[in-house]
Amino acid sequence: MTILVIAEHDNQTLKAATAHALSAAKEIAAQTGGEVSLLVAGHNCGAAAEAAAAVPGIAKVLLADSAALAQQLPENLAPALVSLVQAQAVTHLLAASTTQGKNLLPRVAALLDVAQVSDITEVVDGDTYVRPIYAGNALATVQSSDSVKVITVRTTAFEAAELSGGQAAVATQEEASDAGLSRFISEEVSQSDRPELTSARIIISGGRGMQSGDNFPLLEKVADKIGAAVGASRAAVDSGFVPNDMQVGQTGKIVAPDLYIAVGISGAIQHLAGMKDSKVIVAINKDDEAPIFGVADYGLKADLFEALPELEQLL
Amino acid sequence: MKILVAVKRVVDANVKVRVKPDNSDVELNNVKMAINPFCEIAIEEAIRLKESGVASEVVVVSAGSNECQEQLRTALALGADRAIQIATDETLQPLAIAKLLNAVVEREQPGLVIMGKQSIDGDNNQTGQMLAALSGMPQGTFASEVKLEGEELLVTREVDGGLQQVGLKLPALVTTDLRLNEPRYASLPNIMKAKRKPLAQLTPDDLGVDVTPRLTTLKVSNPPERAAGTMVSTVSELVEKLKTEAGVL
Ligand SMILES: Cc1cc2nc3c(=O)[nH]c(=O)nc-3n(C[C@H](O)[C@H](O)[C@H](O)COP(=O)(O)OP(=O)(O)OC[C@H]3O[C@@H](n4cnc5c(N)ncnc54)[C@H](O)[C@@H]3O)c2cc1C
Ligand SMILES: Nc1ncnc2c1ncn2[C@@H]1O[C@H](COP(=O)(O)O)[C@@H](O)[C@H]1O
Repeated sequence: MTILVIAEHDNQTLKAATAHALSAAKEIAAQTGGEVSLLVAGHNCGAAAEAAAAVPGIAKVLLADSAALAQQLPENLAPALVSLVQAQAVTHLLAASTTQGKNLLPRVAALLDVAQVSDITEVVDGDTYVRPIYAGNALATVQSSDSVKVITVRTTAFEAAELSGGQAAVATQEEASDAGLSRFISEEVSQSDRPELTSARIIISGGRGMQSGDNFPLLEKVADKIGAAVGASRAAVDSGFVPNDMQVGQTGKIVAPDLYIAVGISGAIQHLAGMKDSKVIVAINKDDEAPIFGVADYGLKADLFEALPELEQLL
Repeated sequence: MKILVAVKRVVDANVKVRVKPDNSDVELNNVKMAINPFCEIAIEEAIRLKESGVASEVVVVSAGSNECQEQLRTALALGADRAIQIATDETLQPLAIAKLLNAVVEREQPGLVIMGKQSIDGDNNQTGQMLAALSGMPQGTFASEVKLEGEELLVTREVDGGLQQVGLKLPALVTTDLRLNEPRYASLPNIMKAKRKPLAQLTPDDLGVDVTPRLTTLKVSNPPERAAGTMVSTVSELVEKLKTEAGVL
């Protein structure tokens, strides 16, 4: 009985999301008596496999290293995973609910002819999970009758597992083949010295109220004083103020930092879905009727163009 | 090239749904329904590809009870050529929907399938990827740009780190993200015209698909409520409270 977690990595190190998916896997293991293994798939990803081997409390690391898996394209990776699931008697296949996990896992599930349970926030037992639906306005408890459970994990709902101190064996897997359906062309990765949105302890986000991308430095200056990540509402992204990877919400990134500061954001259902599990929420808005105040621990009715420079000064 | 667009009828994005008192589901009686917003973007993309001469025909398909004909008619009014309803009153889960759509793909042989990345009711984000797997097509998920170059479909994808570009062989499947386009509205004359466009009905039996659910919903409950907070009147009061009361700075 193997509970297999697909590691997210950049060929060198494991990404933070993996630690959260591992936690969910460990909870399943505690319920079912299965053992957790990690899969590192990619090309020239030996360093990432070494990092994975240092994860404590896992049975082994499966290393699938081949040219066809270089960009982890789902057309090539999904069939390889199907073989692995069968060969390793996998009962639960997990990945973090990142764009990578969301892209890959349903393709694997369909090839296995099983359902996927998306974005779980709680493990009830080996078959039963809780997941948010309707932008988090309801929580569904669902039970799977499939022989293999394919699951994506909402990272904010599970603590990060320890990633170092262990010494697991690495088992090298068969060469994967190229399905010849797709090719990777390029990637434009947003560069920033600030913390990543999904792992930041503090986030300050701007919405349509920011009026233009040129005003985002007002937020960034505050962010840099307190080591915060910068996020945005859909309106700010759609208007071209900031890039798409900064969108927080139902259909963007889900975050739950210790402190979330929403500036010039009205608080639509879809935005709240992405941040309402933050520990402390602050809203700065000039409209005291804005729904964001309904979820804020501290609300400040103010013009952001006055409040932000003052905030920067006082921090 | 023929384009197949899959659309879902969902509760309107502006509705805040409520959980039923018996915890069996959310209350969907008398709430406003609409085309899933991501499916609207899918329809718009298909129509633009037709307008630019890349596509020759746009077929829309929806699986569900007869009410989803309303959304199919809207898609026809927006510019789709014909519609297919996969008629059933059963509860459909993504795997079953993907199988139904795959059977339609086998019949229709589209060069491109466009779907939403996510339905805003179930928030599954699965059906497109599953259909791609079943039909053996490459997938360009979370697309913010789609361009046909020769025999290859170039798709720009919104990923966690930024943007990614992939090239897909045809036939291919695309799921839409928010920035792909801005959907148009249907004009009154087009709404009238849509009433005469063909809408065919098929059943899961016609398509030879078993739609038995694999997941059982044991209960649907309310998320934890956030207690109401307080208003502060100045920035300095805010900073003070964050430092002392909340202890987060
Ligand atoms: C399918 C779908 C998916 C979606 N997904 C997401 C998602 O993932 N994330 C997301 O955020 N949204 C999402 N949305 C959009 C969402 O419904 C809202 O439209 C969006 O969140 C609004 O962004 P906003 O609050 O920045 O803009 P607005 O609603 O326009 O609010 C702007 C706010 O700024 C305030 N303001 C203006 N000027 C100032 C000033 N000088 N000082 C202080 N305050 C000021 C105003 O009072 C107002 O409250 C989605 C919508 C749909 C249909
Ligand atoms: N009942 C349905 N009929 C047709 N298409 C659907 C249906 N359900 C989902 N889809 C398609 O699959 C996409 C993703 O849905 P989901 O996997 O449920 O998040 C939607 O945007 C639609 O394009």
